[in-house]
Amino acid sequence: MSKKPEKLDLAAIRKRLENTRGRTFWRSLEELAGSEDFEEMMHREFPRYASEWESVEERRNFLKLMGASLALAGLTACTRQPTEHIMPYVRQPEDLVPGKPLFFATAMPLSGIATGLLVESHEGRPTKAEGNPDHPGSLGACDVFSQASVLGLYDPDRSQALTFEGEIRSWGGFTTALRGALDTQKGKQGAGLRILTETVSSPTLADQIRGVLTSFPQAKWHQWEPAGAHSARSGAQLAFGQPVHTYYNLENAAVIVSLDADFLASGPGSLRYARQFAMRRRVEGGRTEMNRLYVLEPFPSATGTKADHRMPVKAAEVEAFAWALAKGLGVDVGAQAPSSAAFAKWGGPIIRDLQNHRGAGLVIAGEQQSPAVHALAHAMNQALGNTGKTVFYTDPVEANPVDQVASLRDLVKDLDAGAVDLLLIVGGNPVFTAPVELGLKDRLKKAKLRVHLGLYEDETSAVCQWHLPEAHFLEAWSDARALDGTVSIMQPLIAPLYRGKSAHEVITMLTETPERSGYELVKSYWQSQHKGADFEQWWRRSVHDGIMDGSALPPKTVALKTGWAAAAAPPKPAEGLEVVFRPDPGLYDGRFANNGWLQEFPKPVTKLSWDNAAFLSPATAARLGLNTGDLVELRYGGWKVRAPIYVQPGHADGSTTLHLGFGRYRCGHVGDGVGFSAYGMRTADALWRDAGLEMAKVGGGYPFASVQNFHILEPERHTVRMADIQDYRKNPEVVHEGAEVPPRSLTLYPEFKYEGYAWGMAIDLNACTGCGACMVACQAENNIPVVGKDQVRRGRDMHWIRVDSYYSGSPETPEIYNQPVPCQQCENAPCELVCPVQATSHSSEGLNDMVYNRCVGTRYCSNNCPYKVRRFNFFLYSDYTTPSLTLLHNPDVTVRSRGVMEKCTYCVQRINYAKIEAEKQNRRVRDGDIQTACQASCPSEAIVFGDINDPNSRVSKMKAEKRNYGLLAELNTRPRTTYLATLRNPNPEIES
Amino acid sequence: MPDEQDLLQAEPPKREIIGTGYTFGTVTDQIASVVLTKRTPLFWFASFAVGFGLLLVFLWSVVLLLAKGVGIWGIRMPVAWGFAITNFVWWIGIGHAGTLISAILLLLNQQWRNSINRFAEAMTLFAVASAGMFPLLHLGRPWLFYWLFPYPNSMAVQPNFRSPLVWDVFAVSTYATVSLLFWFVGLLPDLATLRDRSTHRLPRFLYGILAMGWRGSARHWASHEVASLLLAGLATPLVLSVHTVVSFDFTIAIVPGWHSTFFPPYFVAGAIYSGFAMVLVLAIPLRKVYGLEGLITLRHLQNSAKVLLATGLIVAYSYVMEQFMAWYGGNT
Repeated sequence: MSKKPEKLDLAAIRKRLENTRGRTFWRSLEELAGSEDFEEMMHREFPRYASEWESVEERRNFLKLMGASLALAGLTACTRQPTEHIMPYVRQPEDLVPGKPLFFATAMPLSGIATGLLVESHEGRPTKAEGNPDHPGSLGACDVFSQASVLGLYDPDRSQALTFEGEIRSWGGFTTALRGALDTQKGKQGAGLRILTETVSSPTLADQIRGVLTSFPQAKWHQWEPAGAHSARSGAQLAFGQPVHTYYNLENAAVIVSLDADFLASGPGSLRYARQFAMRRRVEGGRTEMNRLYVLEPFPSATGTKADHRMPVKAAEVEAFAWALAKGLGVDVGAQAPSSAAFAKWGGPIIRDLQNHRGAGLVIAGEQQSPAVHALAHAMNQALGNTGKTVFYTDPVEANPVDQVASLRDLVKDLDAGAVDLLLIVGGNPVFTAPVELGLKDRLKKAKLRVHLGLYEDETSAVCQWHLPEAHFLEAWSDARALDGTVSIMQPLIAPLYRGKSAHEVITMLTETPERSGYELVKSYWQSQHKGADFEQWWRRSVHDGIMDGSALPPKTVALKTGWAAAAAPPKPAEGLEVVFRPDPGLYDGRFANNGWLQEFPKPVTKLSWDNAAFLSPATAARLGLNTGDLVELRYGGWKVRAPIYVQPGHADGSTTLHLGFGRYRCGHVGDGVGFSAYGMRTADALWRDAGLEMAKVGGGYPFASVQNFHILEPERHTVRMADIQDYRKNPEVVHEGAEVPPRSLTLYPEFKYEGYAWGMAIDLNACTGCGACMVACQAENNIPVVGKDQVRRGRDMHWIRVDSYYSGSPETPEIYNQPVPCQQCENAPCELVCPVQATSHSSEGLNDMVYNRCVGTRYCSNNCPYKVRRFNFFLYSDYTTPSLTLLHNPDVTVRSRGVMEKCTYCVQRINYAKIEAEKQNRRVRDGDIQTACQASCPSEAIVFGDINDPNSRVSKMKAEKRNYGLLAELNTRPRTTYLATLRNPNPEIES
Repeated sequence: MPDEQDLLQAEPPKREIIGTGYTFGTVTDQIASVVLTKRTPLFWFASFAVGFGLLLVFLWSVVLLLAKGVGIWGIRMPVAWGFAITNFVWWIGIGHAGTLISAILLLLNQQWRNSINRFAEAMTLFAVASAGMFPLLHLGRPWLFYWLFPYPNSMAVQPNFRSPLVWDVFAVSTYATVSLLFWFVGLLPDLATLRDRSTHRLPRFLYGILAMGWRGSARHWASHEVASLLLAGLATPLVLSVHTVVSFDFTIAIVPGWHSTFFPPYFVAGAIYSGFAMVLVLAIPLRKVYGLEGLITLRHLQNSAKVLLATGLIVAYSYVMEQFMAWYGGNT
């Protein structure tokens, strides 16, 4: 083994970069430093630790993993598939034609905000979530969480039985026990009754809980949402003196300043914002106007990759910058005398830019920032006249906006006082997620009777006597509000798999006998709201459409409270190392920890899968003598956590980012013990960030599974092309500088003729945010298995579409580029040539068809693929045996067995479906009839698919753009997937 | 270990291939006694045990492979070949010496080949058999290997003749067939000799079957001569073509570092180099333990060493050029 350099050699990296001319792209620090490890990795045919799979421990890990998200049915040679019997319906259900999927509108709530979905159902089993185009929070797109929700539904690790102290009981047994406890409470007016929920935006649930509080006036309702909008809530309270919900309209925004806000890829509304943001970046059809985005953030987020100017600064520095910017924009900031180095550099140009775009500018504060920054953003937007144009205020979307930290503290006080007789925890996992110093794990035991309703037997269930299996949102009736307040009725797609009950059905047990079903509860609530005679019709329409017409909260005008600036806490001094907590892009607050798709999904920018890390900037890492893979002990305020270091280019100096959600110890086979828990040092006073972190190295050699260097292409081959918009306006060819395309005659074989359709794809890199929704969408659509960290580390990840990250510039302040890479479907395909059995061959429509049952597994096609988009089943990765997971599979896509190559098919099943439908109607497939799974999920509409034989199709028009180029086109592969070069719109006043 | 003086003395006179004093009779006696000996020497059992042990390891590995999949080899993307293909190329290379010695040297009338050609051919056969296994085991679904052959089938699907792997199938199977025939034809008189000399009924019967009625008549010898020459003519191009085709597996691909025009001569030279090395590895102990120093003389070893030197230089040149091309092509 070659020895890893102990420290990052920053000087060498800089020198290397200085010696290059023009714009150079790089993939990772290891590459830049020319480190031995990187060189070796790139040149080794086998990764170092790839040689065996023999140790019992490794095998056990693999098996363990399979148990839940995939399963190794045939570790014993047997890849024979189980016999299945097909039985006809005795009575055919209405609307159901076997083989023809139905779509039902529902919504997925996350932190109280709903994303509207259309869920595909095959013979009664939901298999795939798509965005609901009518829903304001989705606009037809879908995020990774909702994509992965179907796997969550079928997760075999979900709690399958109601238990009392670990023993299986019946629902009847529980209601009896509950009645007994409630009878005692009736006498005390519910003084000992506490309900702890997550953020609730469901009008029905809120009404139910209020009903309970009326029956038990002394009872209390607490809320805790670990990754909720705590700062935004407090910020609005600070600025306006009342709880106000904020949302944006980026379609009207020409200049956007993001104060540590990852509005394009995380948090409620990101789907909508990404769509609107990309609309302002469509340099097409002669339009060359673009919005401009400034981002100040400590951690390189997906939003940061789209920034025209991105400055990595500590989170505390963002706050100082916000004060200075507000002052510069003429906001009355009271006695604050902000000083900010970032402002000295960028303040003037940004202020002028914002002021030149009054009413078309936008300042967005991120959740990781303090309430003061949110208040400042409100004040700046008001001062710039953006309200009502780019910023909208409404009444709160959540049903009961309270300071959740205070609410939790209140609960703890009552627990300590022994005042809690009956604690009902409805959803959530507070034992794992609550601020660490509250010590809920022990304190909860002070409640006499503890009941936990949850999808899993998790950390919280372990300290509660009763565990109730919760119905997944795809199994239950409910309702929820979108980011603009629009109500969606959530309808179930399937009867509860494990006889779980929804929150509605459990809350109703407190007040009603006999209990009503979730359907009755939701419907009767809305009947009380919509009293007209047309209720039935209105209700059916609302359920069908997935949105309730006219239920959006009206925008309201709010005025800044006088003296808010004086009331705002002054910026905390930014001394010492800073720690910033973020919800994970895959696991969120930890609730998705047992979801293999989300664990394996490589996170935007870092490309890390199956892990979180303590992220450091190269300079800070060098100063501390640390490098990627070192294990450190983080110490903060008496709390200690062990974490591996990951050096991330573009991270702010002096700051560490920790992602929440990992380190679960009771979540299931997939997520147990993956990563470390950042909750271990997250306190109520510093939910998102604080200074004063210390770290000490305790070891090294932590193995990360980052796919960044595995399949990614040589950047010097013009794989990513970009230009500044000013240069592009002058000469659009500037993006292709240095690239070459060989003449079409350079082949021995006759050209293919495409007489009917010719399918093609165009990917607008200017729109792509790198959020990764396409990867999970593809996984769901195409039955792509999960392989586990160990296999990912060996370069055997199975994603058919990947998102590569390229950096350019210095490691401290790089520009970051995203590039989704599906199969390029070459017209001159190197893979087709070399397959000995014609298992991959050219279709009459230009697809490189992959014939799984013909494939013998020589892997020659993969060797010969210059794009490295082919994936091989080295083992039996697909699950043929876990009963619940077989329900998950898309019946239109073959489940691949061991020893078979697979790759992106352009969703050929969708193409054929549309072709059959078109043929039935005796017409051609219309543009837009076919949406590939990645395209459908893409929030920024970066991926466009269609018929390139039709010059009027959207994809043909995009391919006709000057920015259009083929990846590695110099190899004469003539890819059908092409890219539109990305453009930046830098402020000429700012030196880059 | 004899000193240099001894070695020089042991060298047969010029133009003589084997040691002095040998007649047809004594040569036959000596060789036949190796096979027809009453007491199989202990070292034979020891070597057999080692070989058999290795075979068991191989069988166990194959079972493991079929049970789990090719992932156990640690191969991965982006270069999804490894263990099996390396072995395939290696074994094919080993096989080259036998054909070279029997075919090309026969055509060139190099008499000295006669001492070593038979066991070199045997080595070739076993090497090709070993080589043939690896591409099959290499498959993700080895049980479907026959799909690589063009055979009439109800699916009306044929292999893809554009793929170098299909060329491999033809190259290797032709090579195996011709090598087998060559070996067997050459072996006929020897089998007849063994038939005539064995004292037990069973060996006599078996050798009799294998000798195919050889009686050593002048007619037989004349036909034998013609057949050998014809087969040599067939096998000669194979010496060059088989490894050239194997190298096409790499050169046809557009993988940087593989896509290269000098791979065919590089592979062929490498094959002959390693093949002759293997001949020596086998010949040196053989002549010692069976006392065949008079038949496989230092002259043979020297000639083999010359071939080794020549091909070794070609291979060295290829290594240098490979690095140079990588550097020149900016693919370092």
